[in-house]
Amino acid sequence: MNTPKISQRQAEAAANTRRTVMRLGLGTIGMFAFAFALVPLYEVICEVTGLNGKTAGQYEYVEGDLVADASREIHVRFVTNVNAGMVWEFGADKGGMRVTPGGMHEAIFRAHNPTDRVMVAQTIPSVAPGRAAAFFHKTQCFCFEQQVLQPGESVEMPMRFIVDRDIPGAVTTISLSYTMFDITEQVRNVHGSLSTAAGS
Amino acid sequence: MSAVIDAHHDDHAHGPAKGITRWLYTTNHKDIGSMYLWFSFLMFLAGGVMALVIRAELFQPGQSFVEPHFFNQMTTMHGLVMVFGAIMPAFVGLANWMLPMMVGAPDMALPRMNNLSFWILPFASALLISTLFMEGGGPDFGWTMYAPLSTTYAPDSVTFVIFAIHLLGASSIMGAINIIATILNMRAPGMTLMKMPMFVWTWLITAYLLIAVMPVLAGAVTMMLFDIHFGTSFFDAAGGGDPVLFQHIFWFFGHPEVYIMILPAFGIVSHVIPAFSRKRLFGYDSMVYATSSIAFLSFIVWAHHMFTVGMPLAGQLFFMYATMLIAVPTGVKVFNWISTMWRGSMTFETPMLFALAFVFLFTIGGFSGVMLSIAPADYQYHDTYFVVAHFHYVLVSGSLFSIFSAVYFWLPKWTGYMYSEGLGKVHFWLSFLGVNLAFFPMHFSGLAGMPRRIPDYALQFANFNAWSTVGAFIFGLSQLLFLYVVIQSIRGGQKATAQVWDGAEGLEWTVPSPAPYHTFATPPEVK
Repeated sequence: MNTPKISQRQAEAAANTRRTVMRLGLGTIGMFAFAFALVPLYEVICEVTGLNGKTAGQYEYVEGDLVADASREIHVRFVTNVNAGMVWEFGADKGGMRVTPGGMHEAIFRAHNPTDRVMVAQTIPSVAPGRAAAFFHKTQCFCFEQQVLQPGESVEMPMRFIVDRDIPGAVTTISLSYTMFDITEQVRNVHGSLSTAAGS
Repeated sequence: MSAVIDAHHDDHAHGPAKGITRWLYTTNHKDIGSMYLWFSFLMFLAGGVMALVIRAELFQPGQSFVEPHFFNQMTTMHGLVMVFGAIMPAFVGLANWMLPMMVGAPDMALPRMNNLSFWILPFASALLISTLFMEGGGPDFGWTMYAPLSTTYAPDSVTFVIFAIHLLGASSIMGAINIIATILNMRAPGMTLMKMPMFVWTWLITAYLLIAVMPVLAGAVTMMLFDIHFGTSFFDAAGGGDPVLFQHIFWFFGHPEVYIMILPAFGIVSHVIPAFSRKRLFGYDSMVYATSSIAFLSFIVWAHHMFTVGMPLAGQLFFMYATMLIAVPTGVKVFNWISTMWRGSMTFETPMLFALAFVFLFTIGGFSGVMLSIAPADYQYHDTYFVVAHFHYVLVSGSLFSIFSAVYFWLPKWTGYMYSEGLGKVHFWLSFLGVNLAFFPMHFSGLAGMPRRIPDYALQFANFNAWSTVGAFIFGLSQLLFLYVVIQSIRGGQKATAQVWDGAEGLEWTVPSPAPYHTFATPPEVK
């Protein structure tokens, strides 16, 4: 084994090493980016599959959706919560209702701001069982927008929904849970003042 | 395999520098390997003390050895320190020492980065452990750092924990890049991929896993940091985020992570068992393929850690079956180890005892893993001591025992002296007894419903917990004997030959014991 051969071999190894390091470095950066890509990816997967009880946004129904299937009855239950630190009163007029799939139904929710300051709330829905989420269509919901309430103000919030006729037969009860969050601070930080937020 | 040992060693090779600067500035893979191993042992003791605090608190029901809040910090830090401070650096240390010698390379491909990736560790760990002394205490949300416990409800010190994890991750990634670069580009002429020793193979695959998932963990903790300090809502439902998302991202890292901690162990055992059975490893090719399959499967099973979050049936079924599938390549490995021993002329020196205990106890941990993979049953086991028993069987009597086995196996090569076989065996039997006494009863307390991470428990779990505590103290204290055996072997004793173990194969046994400061400056020829 002579010396020039070794040094040539070493030079080759050094070049290969540089290439390997470049590739692996790019891989590392790529995987870091992938972690952040998981956030929107998860959002999309949840919305498409109803995974995690996530319901889709506002449903644009067509006439064909509104053919009631009188042979079945689904018990829809409403659960309302306020998040830790949220002082509003929030509830549904009825604890639940029996509905036929394919019919348009309406439930009334109410919120009250008992404080002496303007506050903004956002409600997040969740459906259980998760596989029912894709079949629970909301055509109108207060959860699609933020609620701005003046001190002492109350509001009546109707929610209109259709339970899809294609909902699996095994589902007899759907629990629709709403959690109300205080987002006053976040809105103030983003918009600078609450008045602009109210107009948005 | 034959090798040409560098005959001109004394002519041009330099010995180590003198004093502290040798360790600060060193780019020598053996020095860095030793530092990794000593560092990981130190962290092992630190994490072990935390484990003993946990066990002392749980010795009897109702007592209060420590405050519940401190207990939570102990469970969290024990996990973080053992995973990132003890097990992972120990394997990297073994890789540093052995990989260049096994592939016939003079050193790692990137010696300076090697120095950096080690020296990040002491600072990162000091940062991590210092949080225990900060106002509000250290992290108390479990090593899995589930949001919002780790964001909205976390102590202020969580920011330091996040930075410590960033640093530890950066160190691991650099180590992994170095290992891949070494294995791919520095092999001796003639050593094709399918001629590489199993430890090299398993580390190559482990290093790819590290590069794939450590950045994802970095991403997850970065999102935590943003949620805490910059008003984002990745994991905060109030702002449109989702706490369950954290669990998905964490376990996308977390599951490959558990294989990062076990694949090098598979490699070690695949060296030790053939050496002391005096037979070649049975089914080398299938070992390589099994390791690769396990690595691939590790990416598609993460959600079995979170069956109870409310997944659709299809999701539960997919993750259940995919998880069970891992038992197949793992079974291939266990079969191969047993077949290697079959009709071998076996002897039972300390490395072999640890390797045999590994096969036996890791398989128990594997089986409890299969039990946990059954989604409907998992609802009962979830977050109980059954899970704690499972992952300590695979991590302590699995990964850690393989590290002990590796240290005893290669110690004569490192120090040039044989260790005390008698004391080594005492260390083994005390560890074996301690581990089983500590963790076997946890299967039962878990099945009976004892939740993990809780500082107190109902009276009916009292006996199981008392045994566990006694076992944990036996195991913990017997590690001081291990330290004594290692120091004794460094200071002197019976001279080791180059071959050390008559059944051992590989390039590392062709260099003298102790291995000279520089080995394979001229690459050996592998036939």
